[in-house]
Amino acid sequence: MTAPLHEPTAEVAPSAAEEAAVAGTDAKAVQGRSLGRIAWERLKRDKLALTGGAVVLFLVVVALLAPVITSLYGQDPDAFHEELIDPLFGTPTGSLGGVSGDHWLGVEPVNGRDIFARILYGARISLLVGFLSALVAVVLGTILGVLAGFFGGWVDSVISRVMDGLLAFPQLLFIIALVSVMPNQMLGLTGSSVRVFVMILVIGFFGWPYIGRVVRGQTLSLREREYVEAARSLGAGRLYILFKELLPNLVAPIIVYTTMMIPTNILTEAALSFLGVGVKPPTSSWGQMLSSAIDYYDSDPMYMVVPGVAIFITVLAFNLFGDGVRDALDPKASR
Amino acid sequence: MTTPAKGDGTETSAAGAATLTKDAAAGETLLKVTGLQKHFPIKKGLLQRQVGAVRAVDGIDFEVKAGETLGVVGESGCGKSTMGRLITRLLEPTAGKVEFEGKDITHLGVSGMRPLRRDVQMIFQDPYSSLNPRHTIGTIVGAPFRLQGVEPAGGIKKEVQRLLEVVGLNPEHYNRYPHEFSGGQRQRIGIARALALNPKLVVADEPVSALDVSIQAQVVNLLDDLQQELGLTYVIIAHDLSVVRHVSDRIAVMYLGKIVELADRESLYRAPMHPYTKALMSAVPIPDPRRKHAKSERILLKGDVPSPISPPSGCRFHTRCWKATEICRTTEPPLIELRPAQQVACHHPENFEDQAPQDTVLLTAAKEASAFVADEVLAASAQTSVAVAAEANGSTEVEADADADADADADGQESTDRQK
Ligand SMILES: Nc1ncnc2c1ncn2[C@@H]1O[C@H](COP(=O)(O)OP(=O)(O)OP(=O)(O)O)[C@@H](O)[C@H]1O
Ligand code: SF4
Ligand SMILES: [Mg+2]
Repeated sequence: MTAPLHEPTAEVAPSAAEEAAVAGTDAKAVQGRSLGRIAWERLKRDKLALTGGAVVLFLVVVALLAPVITSLYGQDPDAFHEELIDPLFGTPTGSLGGVSGDHWLGVEPVNGRDIFARILYGARISLLVGFLSALVAVVLGTILGVLAGFFGGWVDSVISRVMDGLLAFPQLLFIIALVSVMPNQMLGLTGSSVRVFVMILVIGFFGWPYIGRVVRGQTLSLREREYVEAARSLGAGRLYILFKELLPNLVAPIIVYTTMMIPTNILTEAALSFLGVGVKPPTSSWGQMLSSAIDYYDSDPMYMVVPGVAIFITVLAFNLFGDGVRDALDPKASR
Repeated sequence: MTTPAKGDGTETSAAGAATLTKDAAAGETLLKVTGLQKHFPIKKGLLQRQVGAVRAVDGIDFEVKAGETLGVVGESGCGKSTMGRLITRLLEPTAGKVEFEGKDITHLGVSGMRPLRRDVQMIFQDPYSSLNPRHTIGTIVGAPFRLQGVEPAGGIKKEVQRLLEVVGLNPEHYNRYPHEFSGGQRQRIGIARALALNPKLVVADEPVSALDVSIQAQVVNLLDDLQQELGLTYVIIAHDLSVVRHVSDRIAVMYLGKIVELADRESLYRAPMHPYTKALMSAVPIPDPRRKHAKSERILLKGDVPSPISPPSGCRFHTRCWKATEICRTTEPPLIELRPAQQVACHHPENFEDQAPQDTVLLTAAKEASAFVADEVLAASAQTSVAVAAEANGSTEVEADADADADADADGQESTDRQK
């Protein structure tokens, strides 16, 4: 046989893209670009997603620093300012719901609490519930989805039926029922903390099947890949295959679904608080503020606009960022 | 040698990877398979009741001798991959026996197989799915050492770089990811991984069928060279004869979970006996100067391969065979050695005496099938029964030599063709 051997250059890369990838890195030949780095580089070029991400980051920082910011700003979220309220109508005096140099976004009707301070503190609750319930959903969904996909058989049957059941469940009604019968004290928590804690658990619990389904499907298809067989043919056990071969490939879909789940959960929290089963005053969340504002929608529209805009911007920012992440990690999935 | 230590599962020292010593001397039986079966259950409904089975591999026997290359060919779905996964024990056989170096490995578990994994390795079909996209080449080719707890002299990194060089890749690419390589380069990475622990037996499942034709020859040649350098034993699976014909010492032809013909390469090419083998061969353009009528010898098989869930009775090929008679429908032909080193399972073999001469009435299906077979083939095979048998007895030696020469010429010619 006369074909040249051991000649790495003899081969033609099948696609132009591959060729570019190989040729383009020739100078720094030694270090390859991982899929994660490629996704990051793609994300960096997506202006819309970056804007969304920056807003999300800003919101998180603001929420974390809410006590610092409000003390610099000089207003306490729970302090009453009845002197600013029109005693006749109960609405704030002055224009735009009492906007002034002291109260940037005005004050609440009736008791005159500062809206800017309450929005900042409300952000803490909204984001806390959004993130932590997504975390609960991701942890449950990943573990159960991987178990179902990896072991198959009756494990898969049971988990899949449970997921189907939960997805068909009238969850909002259930959550309303559950949270409204909450005791005022639980596990050393009191008042609003109990409600926040229960909301995180319950929203997370009803959210996991969405992630679980995706993870199960991915696991099912990944475990048939030949690299899994290659690992088995080298003597790898199940744990090695699970943690070294499968999980690294599940990270991308999990990230995508998490970023899409957080805004949904923020909206669910807002809905619950709006319906009066979430946090209650004096604790504030954006949904709770909307709920209070509904009574004054014509006499003090500013009160309603502020939390509404806050929710809108937050959810939009998360979604823009989430779409960008998805496009970056899996460019084939969209468009 | 390392066999006793491996037998009871204790780890041997680093030497295992670096040494070139083989336990089985060339020519000794390395792998022996008897009555091997794999039936995949088909389950239905909520209770997962078994309603049937895919009889992917349905009773096959063969041996692989140390140092040789066994080619396995057959159409898609005939159970080749399943067979490969059974002998590498990625699957557990439903029935039958797999012996490696005399040791029964049929039902060994993950931990029981672990020490043997060094000796039996696999090269996979799809270079895009056989390398984990999240791992670097260094991690992938180094995995065998980590999984087997072997520390090669000079460290894993150095050994991996040496392996990359052996398979014709740049060792500097150690930290690159699979997506930065072409299909052929990826397949070389897979080969490096398979060779890392210096195995005795390498099972290659369609190692080049996913590659560009221009690159196929290079990878096949690489496998061939490595066999000579490292004294490897190969089982190479392919769906047609064009790949295995150059590198195989012996060839097994599979049809619907069975071996229908198993013979030396020369015997098979000179005088294929099973009609299915003949059909497969006619599908490969053979640059043989003596076969001027290559085109007119074309055999087209009628219809698709029947389902392995309910394979045809008797001879499984009878629904598509142009020679099928009643006995083919009712009685399964055993795989018997009709000529030295040529086992065939057929009642009415080509190039040989009819095994059931009393049965002459063709099945209706056979008449339809013969419409796809060139007249020359039919005419030729009609006279073979007696004549060829006599001729074969008289002049085997001479013809074999002449054929080997002709084959070598043809090989040379084809390789140069592919280079262009
Ligand atoms: N895990 C499995 N479960 C059920 N059926 C299977 C499984 N693996 C293979 N089969 C079936 O067994 C038969 C043989 O499959 P196999 O992959 O061994 O064929 P093959 O000869 O390798 O084909 P190809 O050339 O397409 O690779 C097919 O009908 C296939 O559908
Ligand atoms: S002649 Fe009969 S036994 Fe031989 S392959 Fe055809 S059908 Fe099978
Ligand atoms: Mg196959």
